[in-house]
Order: sequence, then C-alpha cells, then structure tokens
Amino acid sequence: MKLSFSELSARQRVAHLLDADSFTEILDPAQRVVSPHLALLGVPFSFDDGVVIGSGTLGAQPVLIAAQEGGFMGGGVGEVHGAKLVGILRLALATHPAAVLVLAESGGVRLHEANAGLIAVSEVMRAVLDVRAAGIPVLMLIGGANGCFGGMGLIARCADHVVMSDAARLSMSGPEVIESAHGVEEFDSRDRALVWRTTGGKHRFLMGDCDQLVEDDVDAFRTATRALLGVSRPLSLQGLLAEHALLGARLERFGDCQDASEVWQRLGVAHPEQVTDGEAHELRHKRCGNPPEWA
Amino acid sequence: MNWQALLQSLFGDAHTVERHGDVIRGTAQLQGQTLAVVGTTNHAEIGVETALAQARVILDTMQHHPQRPILLLVDTQGQRLRQRDEMLCINRYMAHLGCCVDLARRSGHRVIGLVYDQALSGGFITSGLMADTCHALPEAEIRVMRLPAMARVTKIAEDVLQALSLSNPVFAPGVENYLAMGGIQSLWRGDLQACLRAALADPDLSDRRAALGAARGGRTRSAEVTQRVLAT
Repeated sequence: MKLSFSELSARQRVAHLLDADSFTEILDPAQRVVSPHLALLGVPFSFDDGVVIGSGTLGAQPVLIAAQEGGFMGGGVGEVHGAKLVGILRLALATHPAAVLVLAESGGVRLHEANAGLIAVSEVMRAVLDVRAAGIPVLMLIGGANGCFGGMGLIARCADHVVMSDAARLSMSGPEVIESAHGVEEFDSRDRALVWRTTGGKHRFLMGDCDQLVEDDVDAFRTATRALLGVSRPLSLQGLLAEHALLGARLERFGDCQDASEVWQRLGVAHPEQVTDGEAHELRHKRCGNPPEWA
Repeated sequence: MNWQALLQSLFGDAHTVERHGDVIRGTAQLQGQTLAVVGTTNHAEIGVETALAQARVILDTMQHHPQRPILLLVDTQGQRLRQRDEMLCINRYMAHLGCCVDLARRSGHRVIGLVYDQALSGGFITSGLMADTCHALPEAEIRVMRLPAMARVTKIAEDVLQALSLSNPVFAPGVENYLAMGGIQSLWRGDLQACLRAALADPDLSDRRAALGAARGGRTRSAEVTQRVLAT
C-alpha cells in the first residue's frame, strides 16, 4: 500500500525507509541537545534541533542516516542542527557504511541564528565532499513538502546521487524571496503551477538535476535508495570538466528560455503539455528518449 | 578597499589580474611563486554565468598548473535572485564552483579565501568558505541578513536583537563576529603580503572552524555536538 513520504515526520520517514526496527538514533531527544540561540530569542526549541540522525540497515546493509524535520523551523540549519549533520558524516569516515542517506527538507540557513547557520552549511558541504572522496556514497533523498532550498540546495548538489519525488522541489532562492526582490512579474510565488514547473521534481529530472524521480511513496524511495547503496561517484578532474561542459551547454541551449515548458519543448520531450499532470513513471520514459548527455 | 588597490598591496605590479564583467582573474607572483587569482567585484550577484566563469579558472589551474596556489577574492551580494536562474538550477552551478574549489584543495593546491569588501550567504558559501582557510579585511562586511530584515523574518523586535547581538555573535553582521565563530581564520591588517604568506605557509589543511569557534567563544556548541556524535 502506498505510504506518502511527504506526509510523514522525519522520524517516521527514517523508521519506514530503513529495515524494520534497525534504526538506532544518535543524540535522541532524551539527550536534549538543543539550540542555545533559540532559547535566548524566546522562540520554541526542539530536543533534536530539527534533525534526526543515527544508524541502521537497508536491505541488511549498514547505513548512516540524517532526516530533517520540515515542521520545525522549516528544516532550517542552525548551529546544533548543522553540527549533527557534520557529526553523522564524519562518523561515516570511521565506520564505512554502504551509504549516508540525507532526507533533506529545509529552507536552508536558519535565519534565527543566521551567522552560525551559514558557517554550518559550508561545514556540511565540506563534510559531504570528504565522505564522497572516501568512496562512500552520499545520497540526498528529497521528498518533503517544504522542498530543499538555499544552503541545503547547494549541499544536495554536492552529493553522489539525488533522488526526488514529484511532490518535492529543489532550488536555491524561494519564490517569495525572488518576488520580494524583483516583483511579482519576475516570479509570482502564488502561481503554483509556475513554481512547480520551475523547481519541482519533474523539471529537475528532465534536466538531469536529480538522478531518479520517484512517486511520493516510501517504498519507491526505499527501492531507489537500495539500488544506489555502495555506488560511489568521487569527484575527479575529468568528472568536473564534464560537469562544466554540461552546465555551459545548458546555458547556451536554454539560457534564453522564459519558462520551463520552453525548456521541455527544446529538450524534445514528447507532449510537454502533459508533463505537469503525468505520473513520475511516465516521465522516466520521456527522459529516456532524450539525447544521451541529458539522460 | 577596491580590487586594484588590494592587488597592489598584495603583489605590487607583479600581477596580471583583470576584470571581466564582475569577475576578476589572472595570476600574480609572490616570492618566485605564481598564484592563480580569481574572484568577483562590484558586489557581484552570483548568477549561473558568474559561478561558471569562476569555476573555469579553477579547472584551468588544476588542469595546466598542478599545485599552483589559488587566491579567492570575495565581494558579492549573494546569489542572483531570478526565476530564470532557478529554472536553470543555479544551485547546481554554484555547487559546481564549490566542488571545483574542494577538488583543488584535495589535489594539492593551497586555496586561500579573502573577503575584501562584502560577503553574503550563497555567494560566499561556495567560494571563500570552501577554501583551506578564509580571511577578511577589517573593513569588510559579512552577513546573511541585517538586523531589520532578521527582525521581520523572526518577528522579534529589532532592539531585542540588537541587545542580544552585543553578547552573541550569531545574530549580527560583521567580520569580528565571523572571526569569533571561527568562520574567518584571521583579519588581515597592515602588511597584507605578509598575511598572505603566513596563510599559504599554514600547514594545517583540516576544517578546524568549529574548534576555532569554541576556542574563541563565538560558537560554543558546534564542535562539542559533532564530537558527541563521533563518540557514540
């Protein structure tokens, strides 16, 4: 039976994604590792600072896992939240799991502790790349309703693999931020169809910004994740030169597009007008028909 | 300090750094050693093109000049806020820049970041903050957001934030705060060339920002929490 990934809490996602009863939480809420800054502001704090970390198994293979709670400060990265992410990544260097899974749901830097959050995001980026360089794959699983934005959007694109659902979004600046900077004619944040065309899982998949697109279903995430365990893609000069060429070609080919639907048309997607309403598995076939550099 | 004056202070006339739009790039000589210099000016907004242009310099340096040290000069207003850049996945372009800096470090290039004017959020995370160490001029400005904007977002009165920021560097902008939190390794004063030489000679290549933040009292929990995770 389908179990919506996006509607679950971070702790529930971890429990359902991993093998039953295999999860052991590190610094669980009983340890009360909380943000010292939110208390100063008189803002409610959380006993896990909005991120669940620990170890478990997936298909009997050992994994480390982190899951951000979008319901707490939008999954924003503060000092303690970031330090827990760095900790679980560094632990991977010592224990060599089959993968580190990051269930990302975040608006990016937590603005209540802005300076510490900014430094923390860069520490997480470097920790992700340390793990990646050690040949341990870091998998970003993006399926929460709040999406993956700002600093977490950067971190996501530093990982070995990105798996998204069609209910999720991946981007840098939120549409509200862009609208407040340059007006509603630049980006209408209330135009939901536009927001999804621009940042949603389907567009990211068609462009190759996520490696796999799945339904909003825990089992679909589980299947996709299992297939990627142990599949490491360390950075190399050749790899970054290829990435650079791809990003340069993208700019030439699509840099003048006004809307994602134009991008899909130029990509040669069959029936681009049906992309928005289609199912994720239908889209997989559409991308298969694209030139190899976009596959 | 503008970028020309900065380059003059660092290298005298011994550099070929030029401006191309908002990107500055070139090489410089220091004690018989050639450095690659790349960065931005004019409070550049970092869009997909600006990120790629900087990444190109780092890739060229890795490809053609192994081991050559790289100096990243930071002056940015942050990421470009446009629907078109988001459509093109600007976070992938910026992450690419960050990955290039990271691989350069791992491949034996010393990478030093210097905030010489202004550093804001996303534009800073994928350049200066990915260096071996990042430094700042005392008159530079580093921030995520100013207190009035923070007051709006957090719905906390600005005078309350102002009072808190006197004792807690997490809240208010400023290079001194980033120094206290360990995000900035040192402030460069006086003989800037001597500061650069010292940064290049630093043998420690690990990410010690959390430990520095704890030692300097500006970011007290980060290193401790990470250690507790590792101790499990």
